[in-house]
Amino acid sequence: MTAAEGVPGAAWRRADGPPAQDRERRRRSGGRPPRPGESVVGEAEFTSYYGRPVIKPPVWKTPDVPLYLFLGGAAGTSALLGTMAELTGRPALARAAHLTAGGGALTSVGFLIHDLGRPARFLNMLRVFKPTSPLSVGSWVLAPFSALTTATAGAHLLGRFPRLRLLTGLGAAALGGPMTTYTAALLADTAVPSWHEAHRELPFAFAGSAMAAGGGIAVACSPAEEAGPARQVAVTGALVELAAMHRIEHGHGLVSEPYRTGRAGRLLRAARACTVTGTALTLAAGRRRVPALLGGALLAAGSAVTRFGVFDAGLASARDPKYTVEPQRARAAERDAAAAGAPS
Amino acid sequence: MTTISSASTAFSGDDPRNRLFGPVPDVAGERGYGEDHPPRVGFFTDTSVCIGCKACEVACKEWNTLPMDDAEGNRAQLGLTGASYDNTGMLGANSWRHVAFVEQSRAVDLPMPTVGAPGSAGGQRPLADPPVVHPGVPASSTTAEQSAPQQTTSGDREIRWLMSSDVCKHCTHAACLDVCPTGSLFRTEFGSVVVQEDICNGCGYCVPACPYGVIDQRQDDGRVFKCTLCYDRLTDGLQPACASACPTESIQFGDLDELRARADARLAALQEKGVEGARLYGHDEDDGVGGAGAFFLLLDEPEVYGLPPDPVVTTRDLPSMWRHVAAGAALVVGVVASAFAGRRR
Ligand code: SF4
Ligand code: SF4
Ligand code: SF4
Repeated sequence: MTAAEGVPGAAWRRADGPPAQDRERRRRSGGRPPRPGESVVGEAEFTSYYGRPVIKPPVWKTPDVPLYLFLGGAAGTSALLGTMAELTGRPALARAAHLTAGGGALTSVGFLIHDLGRPARFLNMLRVFKPTSPLSVGSWVLAPFSALTTATAGAHLLGRFPRLRLLTGLGAAALGGPMTTYTAALLADTAVPSWHEAHRELPFAFAGSAMAAGGGIAVACSPAEEAGPARQVAVTGALVELAAMHRIEHGHGLVSEPYRTGRAGRLLRAARACTVTGTALTLAAGRRRVPALLGGALLAAGSAVTRFGVFDAGLASARDPKYTVEPQRARAAERDAAAAGAPS
Repeated sequence: MTTISSASTAFSGDDPRNRLFGPVPDVAGERGYGEDHPPRVGFFTDTSVCIGCKACEVACKEWNTLPMDDAEGNRAQLGLTGASYDNTGMLGANSWRHVAFVEQSRAVDLPMPTVGAPGSAGGQRPLADPPVVHPGVPASSTTAEQSAPQQTTSGDREIRWLMSSDVCKHCTHAACLDVCPTGSLFRTEFGSVVVQEDICNGCGYCVPACPYGVIDQRQDDGRVFKCTLCYDRLTDGLQPACASACPTESIQFGDLDELRARADARLAALQEKGVEGARLYGHDEDDGVGGAGAFFLLLDEPEVYGLPPDPVVTTRDLPSMWRHVAAGAALVVGVVASAFAGRRR
């Protein structure tokens, strides 16, 4: 952008009458004072086109997309758990985890297709492979993953084809890791400020969330004497999820705000409560069935609600132009200052 | 002509530099079009002469048979926004040109009011001095030669209207195109970015990816729509409908190189005349999207017109995203493996 000539703004103010000015004043006085270290550049000058968003908020639907994120993550961890359990001779855990993986993957695909504007054209997703599109990469991960997990789960249900089951299980496990995190790139690779700015932390938040969910479900659904590894995965995942979400909620100045306020803030506080309680119960449960079941369920619920909260925070940050304009203003001002400071 | 890929050249190794970010001298050639492809075309929209007639909006709607909607994209709805003369509201699936109207005022230091004799200027509508263009050239000959035609004084206020016809920027690095998983969005031989409606499956990824909020999903249809830079007209050697309809040459269509030179000259002329706040928007190849195919001369900050002040194509950070995604996936594999490795049955 060419540097503004003359006085920026030159004292021009929008003159479309009191309603707009009142709106603007309310918006300003409603805001809390900035935290130390938070950028305030442009706040006084912040203006927008009749309060309209600068970018288009995602048209993705709730609950389709948050559930697609949650189920995909849970299925990814479950596929890994199931195959490792199979290899280490834990048949009950293997069965529970593989059934979760198959069911989760299929439902996840279902939600993805349902969210399309033209569901009948779902297969166009596999028309090209584009590394620049996380949804293309994700489709190429999700399609074989769901086929493999469904086959593995089917073999478990039939109780036959053990050799084939091991092979499909191994294939599914190889894709399990990417399944847990590609959705983070899917959200981050947009112009949505609160998602894009968190692009370094979101993959870890989703990885932790997926482990908490997959591990939690496995703990809840398998006998205590086999569930040890699942318990460890669930608790580690919950801690990773809590730590990464903390950084997302506090580490990015203005664009962290949508994670703490409004509906997204309430959802994420509820998610944290679920995850913390679930972790404590899972640790305390030992071999007792009921607390283990409850703890696992709470961890899975915390993971799911986290996805809803992250999704909602992104929508909120896209709808309010200040989250788009102010960080960009600050960035431009910084660059101009650096350019002015540099000897020319 | 070689095969045209809708996939980005990023990661393909064809072009080691500026695959996701930065200037690209030959944007169509970079996507696989042969030597003989036409030069890159685009728009220079000079908002200083826009009169807000919306002829471009109407021409675009007619040529492309776009359905009716209100300012929020609701189909077959009439709606008054109360936002000056703007009832279009935004660019969207059914409005590929959008004329923004901004009414502004500011206090001016005037000399003490004098009580004029009856018949003097008192009580009449105060008119600003007509803008002086060049010595000897009547100010009203064409709007294109005026410097600030939409500005006047009223009492102790100065008032002005900013009007600007917004459109898809046909970015050098188009996020919408980069993220499209079906290859529906593609780069044409003219360097523009177009949706293939027979391929789009309405995944909606392009919608939040665009840093300008241009492309949108059409209700009741499911697919996304946006300006095609009149691809159909260009292939027949015609100008885009909006540019042909513009009565003030605010919308100038042509070869991008030529338009950039023309814009530089126009900016210099305005600055020489002391027009405050005149600046070019989107014409710098070093900006966040590698320069826009449709760029603007604005008279105020971009956000006043609803434009992002410093847009960056989101895929610029994609390598970092993929690295973190891979690290996260490795973490999951590691945690699961170690949970089993550490124990005996
Ligand atoms: S302005 Fe938006 S829709 Fe147009 S080419 Fe750029 S990214 Fe795509
Ligand atoms: S909605 Fe259509 S054009 Fe947009 S990314 Fe999806 S398939 Fe591509
Ligand atoms: S170039 Fe064509 S499609 Fe694009 S805004 Fe103008 S008339 Fe509409």
